[in-house]
Amino acid sequence: MYEFVAFYIFAIATTILFLITVMSKNVLYSMTSLAAGMVLISGLFFLLGADFLGVVQLIVYVGAIMALYAFAMMFFDATKDVKEKHGNSTLVFLLGGLMALVFVIMFSAPIIGENIQALYPVGLAENLGVSGNAQDVGLVLFTKYLVPFEVAALMLLVAMIAGIILAGKKMDYSLTECEASDEELQKEIKKEEA
Amino acid sequence: MEIGISHYLILSGILFSIGFVGVLRRKNLLMLFFATEIMLNAVNIAFAAIGNYYGDLSGQMFAFFIIAVAASEVAVGLGLLIILYKKYGSLDLDVISTMKG
Amino acid sequence: MENLVYIALFAPFVGSLFAGLFFARSPKTHLVGIVNSSLIGIAFIASVTLALHVAEHGAVHVTMMSWISAGDLSIPFGFLVDEVSVTMMLVVTLVSTIVHIYSTGYMNHDKAYNRFFAYLSAFVFSMMILVMSDNFAGLFIGWEGVGVCSWLLIGFWYHKEDKTFEENPSISPSWAANEAFIMNRVADLGMLVGIFLIYWNVGSLQYDVVFKALPHLADGLLVSIAIALFIGAMGKSAQFPLHTWLTDAMEGPTPVSALIHAATMVTAGVFLVIRANPLFSLDAVHGVSMFIASLGAFVAFYAASMALSARDIKRIVALSTLSQLGYMFAAAGLGAYWIALFHLAAHAFFKALLFLGAGNVMHAMDDELDIFKMGGMKKVMMGSYVYMGIASFALAGLPIMAGFYSKDAIIETAFNDGSFIIWAILVITAGMTAFYSFRQVFFTFHGEERYKALGFHPHDMYKYVLVAMAPLAALAISFGWFMDSFHEFITKNLPDYEMSHHTHDLAPFLGTLVIILALTGIFIAWKKYAGKGADAWKRDEEFEQSFVYKLVANQYYVPKFYDEFIVQPYTIASKKFWEIDKAVVDGFVDLIGKMFYKSGDVSRGMQTGSLSAYLNWMGVGALLLIVTAAITALIG
Repeated sequence: MYEFVAFYIFAIATTILFLITVMSKNVLYSMTSLAAGMVLISGLFFLLGADFLGVVQLIVYVGAIMALYAFAMMFFDATKDVKEKHGNSTLVFLLGGLMALVFVIMFSAPIIGENIQALYPVGLAENLGVSGNAQDVGLVLFTKYLVPFEVAALMLLVAMIAGIILAGKKMDYSLTECEASDEELQKEIKKEEA
Repeated sequence: MEIGISHYLILSGILFSIGFVGVLRRKNLLMLFFATEIMLNAVNIAFAAIGNYYGDLSGQMFAFFIIAVAASEVAVGLGLLIILYKKYGSLDLDVISTMKG
Repeated sequence: MENLVYIALFAPFVGSLFAGLFFARSPKTHLVGIVNSSLIGIAFIASVTLALHVAEHGAVHVTMMSWISAGDLSIPFGFLVDEVSVTMMLVVTLVSTIVHIYSTGYMNHDKAYNRFFAYLSAFVFSMMILVMSDNFAGLFIGWEGVGVCSWLLIGFWYHKEDKTFEENPSISPSWAANEAFIMNRVADLGMLVGIFLIYWNVGSLQYDVVFKALPHLADGLLVSIAIALFIGAMGKSAQFPLHTWLTDAMEGPTPVSALIHAATMVTAGVFLVIRANPLFSLDAVHGVSMFIASLGAFVAFYAASMALSARDIKRIVALSTLSQLGYMFAAAGLGAYWIALFHLAAHAFFKALLFLGAGNVMHAMDDELDIFKMGGMKKVMMGSYVYMGIASFALAGLPIMAGFYSKDAIIETAFNDGSFIIWAILVITAGMTAFYSFRQVFFTFHGEERYKALGFHPHDMYKYVLVAMAPLAALAISFGWFMDSFHEFITKNLPDYEMSHHTHDLAPFLGTLVIILALTGIFIAWKKYAGKGADAWKRDEEFEQSFVYKLVANQYYVPKFYDEFIVQPYTIASKKFWEIDKAVVDGFVDLIGKMFYKSGDVSRGMQTGSLSAYLNWMGVGALLLIVTAAITALIG
């Protein structure tokens, strides 16, 4: 029963929060509702028994990524409302609605794949005398998925360096055209705008 | 009232559609990033739900890697956004549309 | 001995490559003529040596390499030099050598001198493959090779326009070349069918294997194989109704006519029948053999009748070739294969001589072909006159000459076989042959010197060319003397044909009858055409208006029939199909092209350069994919 209540609370809340994210004109509102929605999604993970994933969601998404967005926001003028020209709004909502409808129809169909064998069943670590989701995850992650895990780590490192360099670069010269000076570029941009 | 896999999957689909609408509708690059995050999270829910349904850990593993990819994407993407903002003074796609032939 | 086989085979090929690769674009080089002639000469010497070897030690069989090997099909590149093929090799190489030497003189003024030798040597190579191959596939390759070379050489002066002669239909070398090629393709289809039938039912194409297996096959099958192979032979040897190409092939240079369209290639059909004699002599295919003999007799008469009225010097000779091929088929059909081969060889010598003599006349008369415009030329062209006289005597079958022995043997065969209709036709044809060949000689060399009034200044051929023709003349006279030794040599391989005692006793009378008829023909020709004075200019116009004359002069309207009932309907149908093709096939292809253009035009609107528009399109695409996935999931 508590699962039922918790699921519906989380589900409705995330839906509303994400809708705000998508529809809001204010960047700060969007970001805040996004962060809140992610917290609630971690709640869903807990409900699904993926405790470790929920924690990672909290730390990485809400802690790191949203913090990154927040810092980046300092570069942009976040107080002003975002001005956008929305083209054909009805068409967009129609497409989105259609997609949602298709998903609902698809997923409400009964699931037939009953006889699928679990490759890495939950409770794997019990053989070693320990139990718990974190132990299970650790076992699988550092045996079967060790190489992808290390690659992912390397990728994060590369991404971090790239982020630092990109954000820290002063725009002294064009990143794409080394010869073109900044002034020339500015002129060209102005010309194009005119 | 049993909460089954279908519930989670439908929720995942709805959240994905919300992100989809965001991608289609918004023109601000930052907002597009947000919409992408929403879609990634929706998929994560689906993975975790299916993993739970089969009692398999692979679903969670995939979710981990998706989170890792999302993190690196944000790191690089934000760096690029900052450069774009410095260059054009705006993050609106209509303003920085330079691909017009 | 193996090396000699390869030398005989590949010396012409080397010559062809030498002329074709190194000198095709260079101006006339005498070197080419000399080198090619000597290479063919070497092939001839090799053939002579091989012949001596074969006579003493029997056949030489070499396998050069495996050629086609796929699944059960295994065809080696093998060559068989036995009594039959070595006879053909001797004939081919000897005539080729002389024609090559002759061509150095005849083609002296031609711009494409080197090209001519490249083609001519290539022809000899193909012909050697044809006669030497030890299997039907190799025979077919040579068969097609000589076809291609014949096409190249008939159309050698491809740049010539269509010309309307007074009595010929309007033709040009390229037209004649195509006609010959297409007619031969029609016949070759028959030949291919025959070869396929053999392969399917025997599982091999090697002569020895096939001939050993033949008696075990069903009768109906044997008959169809024989018919199919003979259709191929009919095309190559220009038998009725596929004969029209041979007279038109005279558009080619005269040495070509002498070599290909008289001495060698056209006899390939006879060679095929002789080669496949184990097939044609089976009881089951007796009907086919009888048909071959009857058709041969018919063609002999038919062609001779057309030659009576022809006025084109080369056409007369071509028609006589046709007629003599008929004799050969008659002999082969009656089972006298060795006599057919003997006549083939004898005919090759005197007919090549006759053609080369005609070439001399043409050369002297600036390519004028009408014998009405000549006359009394023996004064200026003594050498050619003597040669053509000898050849005509041989052709008419007068005693001592080669043609006497071979043709008489054929006529005797017909008598011996009891086929008196064939015999009668052949005897009458012999008289006609004497008449038309001497009509040509008298028109050309005797009587009023009409050419003077028409402003020609003839001169005889180069001396060395005339000397080179001497071996042919010698053989045209003397080849028949070797009949007995040839008989002994060839019957080791070919079945003997024994005349009955009755025939043997009657033979002198039969021979005398033929000689009397021939002499009568010559006498009439002398009376009519060797006269001098004003009469020589007259033509029997009343007779020329008669139905018979018109029928014969128009080649029995066969070319006209082909034109009206095959060529023209085909042209009309082709034009119609071309239009359909343009509308349907081209239209469809164009439609595809236009579709892409249109779709490009339409989808150009998508390329706005705006990222968000692209994103939207991507979203639409993603949606489509998901909807497709959903639908397939629901259906599945």
